[in-house]
Amino acid sequence: MIRSNRARHLFPAVTLALALATQAHAASHPSGWGLLNMTQGVTEISRRIYDLHMLIFWVCVAIAAVVFGAMIWSIINYRKSQGAVADTTLVHNTRVEIIWTAVPVVILIAMAVPAARTLVDIEDTTKTELTIKITGFQWGWNYDYLDQGVAFFSRLDRRSDEARELGSGIDPNTVEHYLLNVDHPLVVPVGTKVRLLITGADVIHAWWVPAFGVKKDAIPGFVNEAWFNIDADKPGLYRGQCAELCGRDHGFMPIVVDARPREEFQKWLKSTAAEQKQAAAPGGTPPSAAAPSAPVASNAPNS
Amino acid sequence: MAEHHAHAVHADHDDHDHKPQGWRRWVFATNHKDIGTMYLVFACTMFFIGGAMAMVIRLELFKPGMQFVDPQLFNSMTTMHALIMIFGAVMPAWTGLANWMVPMQVGAPDMALPRLNNFSFWILPFAFTLLLGTLFVPGGAPAGGWTMYPPLMLQNGACFPMVIFAIHMMGASSILGAINVVVTILNMRAPGMTLLRMPLFVWTWLITAYLLIAVMPVLAGAVTMLLTDHFFGTTFFTAAGGGDPVMFQHIFWFFGHPEVYILILPAFGIVSEIIPTFSRKPLFGYEAMVYATASIAFLSFIVWAHHMFTVGMPLAAQLFFMLSTMLIAIPTGVKVFNWTATMWKGSLSFEPPMLFALAFLFLFSLGGFSGLMLAIVPADYQYQDTYFVVAHFHYVLVPGAIFAIMGGVYYWLPKWVGRMYDMRLAKWHFWLSAIFVNVLFFPQHFLGLAGMPRRIPDYAVQFTDWNMVSSIGGFGFGLSQLLFPYLIWKCVRSGVPVLGNKPWEGAHGLEWELPSPAPYHSWQTPPSEAVIAKGAFH
Repeated sequence: MIRSNRARHLFPAVTLALALATQAHAASHPSGWGLLNMTQGVTEISRRIYDLHMLIFWVCVAIAAVVFGAMIWSIINYRKSQGAVADTTLVHNTRVEIIWTAVPVVILIAMAVPAARTLVDIEDTTKTELTIKITGFQWGWNYDYLDQGVAFFSRLDRRSDEARELGSGIDPNTVEHYLLNVDHPLVVPVGTKVRLLITGADVIHAWWVPAFGVKKDAIPGFVNEAWFNIDADKPGLYRGQCAELCGRDHGFMPIVVDARPREEFQKWLKSTAAEQKQAAAPGGTPPSAAAPSAPVASNAPNS
Repeated sequence: MAEHHAHAVHADHDDHDHKPQGWRRWVFATNHKDIGTMYLVFACTMFFIGGAMAMVIRLELFKPGMQFVDPQLFNSMTTMHALIMIFGAVMPAWTGLANWMVPMQVGAPDMALPRLNNFSFWILPFAFTLLLGTLFVPGGAPAGGWTMYPPLMLQNGACFPMVIFAIHMMGASSILGAINVVVTILNMRAPGMTLLRMPLFVWTWLITAYLLIAVMPVLAGAVTMLLTDHFFGTTFFTAAGGGDPVMFQHIFWFFGHPEVYILILPAFGIVSEIIPTFSRKPLFGYEAMVYATASIAFLSFIVWAHHMFTVGMPLAAQLFFMLSTMLIAIPTGVKVFNWTATMWKGSLSFEPPMLFALAFLFLFSLGGFSGLMLAIVPADYQYQDTYFVVAHFHYVLVPGAIFAIMGGVYYWLPKWVGRMYDMRLAKWHFWLSAIFVNVLFFPQHFLGLAGMPRRIPDYAVQFTDWNMVSSIGGFGFGLSQLLFPYLIWKCVRSGVPVLGNKPWEGAHGLEWELPSPAPYHSWQTPPSEAVIAKGAFH
């Protein structure tokens, strides 16, 4: 019968396509069609999250192979059109039922243990060296380096902002890092455990940078804690977006983190603090308008 | 007395078609089949309205840049699409199917509470007129997501009280419908139709009805608190006044997770009817199926916070909700294994209901796998609020709930109207739906994993390719669905009459002991125990 033949060919075809797609992903730099999987990121935690993700993915693939295999086997071999006669006595089998209840329990425990371990480590916010308070607002972010005298706003960059207007006539493909670029990125040191205190000014937002494996809601009246520690050998620009619907321009409040070597960061922090102090002094420009000296480099790696 | 007497005499010879004619038949309907039909027509209408909104979403997301709608309208589209599909399409479709099938399957003449039945249906057109009316008020339709999180929800304009009142009405309708189902199943079963002889569709609906009665008032409470926060100066969810915006999320998801099972449990029931019929074999592990359904329903009350892992909960709470969520995989797995075992050593044929049930089996399982992945808290930090989640819940709701509804309609339609539909066209409908639904939703897994957040009207250019594929799938899926009402219309008007009680040779159950089309008052005299025993799985 035509339809069951089709059903038989459909699943292997999908599997094959997926396998090919995954290979293509491994071979080339991820962009467009190759963007298929979670990033491994640049922190130990993000890599452990990636490993957990792949572990459970393969467990699911294995279970799917067995269960879908049994379904496909039945569809192929027990067709009435091929003269199959139903075994109507096969309605219950205690032993089999115990097995297919118990085996998943074991699999679940095997997955829960590494997941719980990782979670415990993610929740360990002790021994941090630098604290940054992040406030989400409609629609952008405020970064406040606590006790360092540095604070500034970070919003969607001008180019993206012009291009994203309805009927702007600007092709987004001509805009560098369209919707993923900001005026003032968050500058942080690599190889440092940076603590984030995250809150919201008006509605709930969520601060998410996939490369760090950090996503935390920014809730008015709450201060949430998170942290990251970027590999010392991986300075660069890392991008993310608000991940909680926060109104009209929710899609237009990106996050850019400029990770610098420790000494460079210290230099930046000092000079920016000095600038902001000067700007705040009588006669100076108000601090919110003062740009930190970080240029929005667009040719950096990892961007 | 005289009137009663006259009616009784009348009933003696001919009351099979005793019903008011014209519009009165529908407005004053008390017959379970008429009300069921109205529910199904209503659900189908809402399915296309909600679907049109999805088309707007996919159109805007076809390529980067804003081409068609303002971001605010885009947010309204995602919000309204969800509200309409959940409360307007899937839930009324289930109630419609329950109305049609529960009395027939338990050996009753009608639902237990016919006037309540009328009332619970007729609330819906008013509720949805109000909800759809928000599209035309200043400030537009609600745009804060169907989850209605404050403080964002409180920023809505004139639509705000309309949405709240519409939800109150939908909730009232659902509760009344659920009470009717419970009362019918517990009181109207024919003698000999013991609980463990009931068809799985009746079982899953009984459990669903209890879930509805338990959680719809919770939703009503949550939105009422939003209402008083907005208009009467309370601060339930406003931190500045001592309230707690996260409390709303806890209350909402305490409703929201059982709601997910309200949408899917009757689908389990339908699939458990269809697969045995077309495998020509009794359902494997009938009792295990019943207990698994009950376990899933129980667990649904203790997993709610897995929808909000990024909200900042204590470690212990996160571990608890991760483990309780993973537990759901066990009864759900039992169900999938039982369906597979039902096909094992069967004698399978692939009529449209079976095709939809098989697609359900594969694609719902896929949604189950991504659900398991989402339960892993650290990984969820990366998945939360991305297209991965969108892909997950559409896999369980579209090829899950919607395919089961369509399979159910293709299964029972010949019984309802006494005619067979165009089998070839129905297979076209199936294959187009099954292929396009994957083109539509499978790439969304990639998009989510690659970092595209959900509920955004525009995106960075590297997400273009898969969004285009997804949009093409969306348009294809949307257009294919037009075949469905056309097929039904054609069947009702000019389908080939069905000979005998059973259009499907492998079908078991009381509904198949009735003539086709089924009489207006289903079982006027209860079926004999022998007939009941013949239909039951054991």
